[in-house]
Parts: sequence; structure tokens; C-alpha cells
Amino acid sequence: MNGIHDMGGMQDMGPINYANTEPVFHERWEGRIYAMSFAVQATGKLRLGLRPPMEAIPPGEYLRMSYYERWITSVTERLIASDLVTAAEIRSGRPDAGSAKANIALSPTDAVTAFLKNPATRRDLPVASRFKPGDTIRARNINPVTHTRLPRYARGKIGRIERDHGIFVFWDTSVYSKGENPQHLYSVRFSARELWGNSAAPKDAVYLDMFDDYLEPA
Amino acid sequence: MNTTRRDFLTSAVTAAGATVVPEHAHADDHVHQDLPSDPALRVKSLESLLIEKGLVDRSALDALVDTYEHQVGPRNGARVVARAWVDPVFKERLLANGTAAIGEFGYSGNQGADIRVVENTATVHNLVVCTLCSCYPWPVLGLPPVWYKSAPYRSRAVIDPRGVLRELGTDVPENVEVRVWDSTAEQRYLVLPERPAGTEQLGEDALAALVTRDSMIGVAKIGPKQQARPA
Repeated sequence: MNGIHDMGGMQDMGPINYANTEPVFHERWEGRIYAMSFAVQATGKLRLGLRPPMEAIPPGEYLRMSYYERWITSVTERLIASDLVTAAEIRSGRPDAGSAKANIALSPTDAVTAFLKNPATRRDLPVASRFKPGDTIRARNINPVTHTRLPRYARGKIGRIERDHGIFVFWDTSVYSKGENPQHLYSVRFSARELWGNSAAPKDAVYLDMFDDYLEPA
Repeated sequence: MNTTRRDFLTSAVTAAGATVVPEHAHADDHVHQDLPSDPALRVKSLESLLIEKGLVDRSALDALVDTYEHQVGPRNGARVVARAWVDPVFKERLLANGTAAIGEFGYSGNQGADIRVVENTATVHNLVVCTLCSCYPWPVLGLPPVWYKSAPYRSRAVIDPRGVLRELGTDVPENVEVRVWDSTAEQRYLVLPERPAGTEQLGEDALAALVTRDSMIGVAKIGPKQQARPA
């Protein structure tokens, strides 16, 4: 979706509010919602990925919200979309009358073990690669209204395959539980001038991780 | 605020899980102080609901928060960097397969299944960003700071990396190539900063103490200042 989240290349967002050190969580609820997001995801019962609900937040709201406020939206929407809670339950803060208890909560040990284990999105499958390091490619000009990891600023641009990372689950479909579509993921180098024009520094470059489906020969 | 408006806001926020609050609903800045949509209250309510429904366990949340706060963080990354500075064979492994070399320290897991390490040199400066959200190499750097996840950094790091670096206090000479790594998919990036001059006598632990979080994101170099006052 061409949403506000896809902000690479925008120039009017103001100065960076830099801090040298800061607490991991500024407020207690931030840690709680983050942990809740992971804990429910680790049950394996969610049918919607965490980003689509965040990316559906209207731009004005998205920019006003703090980072972790977006996570509240995301967790809530994913639970509702996965039929694990109802909107009425979110509203009341209590289980609906007669609703069954799920009993799928992970124990503390299982939750932390799941967190420290590498998530398995790499696939060891015989999927052919269409490109190899050194190939010149063009990022496809696609504008899906759904989730994608192909940022707007790279669409239609010419780049060079720098490395083949191997085969990975394709987020564009897997976040909706519409299939893993495992495919090669490449590191692609785009020169700064290709992306931003001749005012960019001549030697500079941006590297993006691009799924096979995002690319066409150039 | 009149009652009708509040009722409307309350139902919009709660019914839609706060996803699709109409823009005009927030024209009034006081809204959030008045509503039960205060994030702390909403999260508290959600937590008790999910516990009651058997979807999460309270002590599992405690354990996860403790892990985020204490098990991961930039000290992990600093140890990896220091090892690479003193051990050329390790450095070679680290640059060839970051995940495996970092795994030698026991650092792995969520948001770090595939970590690539990119080296700063006299001719190349690397900078890491996630323009779409907040990807960051948790096992070695911990959770990302607020500014890394903020709109100004995410938006400008790719179009004006030198300006961003200047704003954060680092001037990269024109003859040095700036490489921006936009972590859009599965890979997480860790910058291997240059070892500062005058540190030849230091051992691995002392070197690790010099390595800053920012130098491993690529928004800073490790200079004399950090040497004098280890972070």
C-alpha cells in the first residue's frame, strides 16, 4: 500500500530527535504491548501479520501516534482478524458471555525460548533463482493496495544484484496467510543518482533486500 | 466535549481497535486526555482480557519484558566488534557469514535470524535504516532507539544520508562512499566500525568498552571523544 509508512525519500519530517541513551521502554505499557504482541504471535494462531494493520492507520494518525501506540492497533486488529477476540471484548475488556477459554498461552519458558530461537522464514527448498550477482535489474513498478516490502522510492529503478541471500518466505502473501511463496531474496545495489538524480553524491548507494517477484531483467 | 462526540469517539476507537479513527476525530487535542483510549489503560485492559481468555500468561509477559530489557543490547554487538578488531580470522568469518559468527557468542533469535555485517573502511561508510518500519538487529543491538524508528530518520536516511550524518555530528568526506542499508526484508544489518587509532595496546574487553551503539548503526564514528569517555 502506498501509505505513510513507506516514507523513504520524504524530506519534510523535521529534525531527528536524537538521544544518546534512553530506557528500553519509556513507559511500562510499551513493554507490555510489545511482549503481548510476541506472545500471541508465538501461539501460531494469528492469521494476519503485524504490519498490515499498522500500514492501514490513516497518515495523520500514524504520524501522531507513538511507535508503541501503533503496536496496540496492530495487536488488537490481528486478534480480531484471527477470531481470537471480538471487538466487543476489546471494548469491554472482558470475555463475551459464554465464550470459551482458549488455553493456548505460552509458559514463560516457552515464550522466552521462542524469542531467543531464530524464526524460521528461510526455506531450504529447490526454488530457482532468476538472477545472479552482477546482473542488472529493474525493480518492478507495482502499486499493490496490500502489504509489500518494495518501497516506492525504488520502483522502476535500475540496480545491480549484489548478493543472493537464499530462499525466504514472501511477506506480501504470507502476512495474509495466503501462502508462503518462498523465493530468492537478493541484496540489490541502487546508485544514489539512479534513485535521487544528479544532485546525489556520485559514489553513494542504497542497498535494498528484494524478493525475486519484485525484479525484472534490465 | 459534548457527550455525543465522546460516545462516537469511544466507539470508533474501541470498535475498530483504533485502526480507523476518522481524521476529524483528532482535531481536538484534548481528546486523548479524556478518553479511555489512553494507551496505558488500553494496554492494561487488553492484557487482562487476553489473560482471561487464555491467550497470554502474565508471567510470560514479565519474562519477555525482562528479556528485552536485559538479555539483548548494544553490549552484545560491542563484544562482536572488539573480537573482529583483534582476530582477523574471526573478522573474515563475520563478514562472510554474520549470523554464524555472531552465533559463536550465543547471540541469535528474533529479529536477527540473518545478520549481515558491513565494514566501515577508509573508503566506505555504512549506514543502517528501516524506511518501512523498524527492523534492527536485536540480538546484537537490542531494541531500536526512538529516533531510529522516527519519521525524520526513516525518511531522510536514504535520500540524504550525508545530511543525516552531519545532523548527528558525523562528517563523511566526499571521497568516501556512503552505503545505506535499508532493511526491508529478512536481513538485519550491523556496521563494523573502524578501530580507532591509538588503541593498539588495548585488549578485547577494553576495546569493547569503546564501541558505541551509534557506531554499529553507522550514524557515528568512534573518535577520540569516546576513547576518553567510554560509553
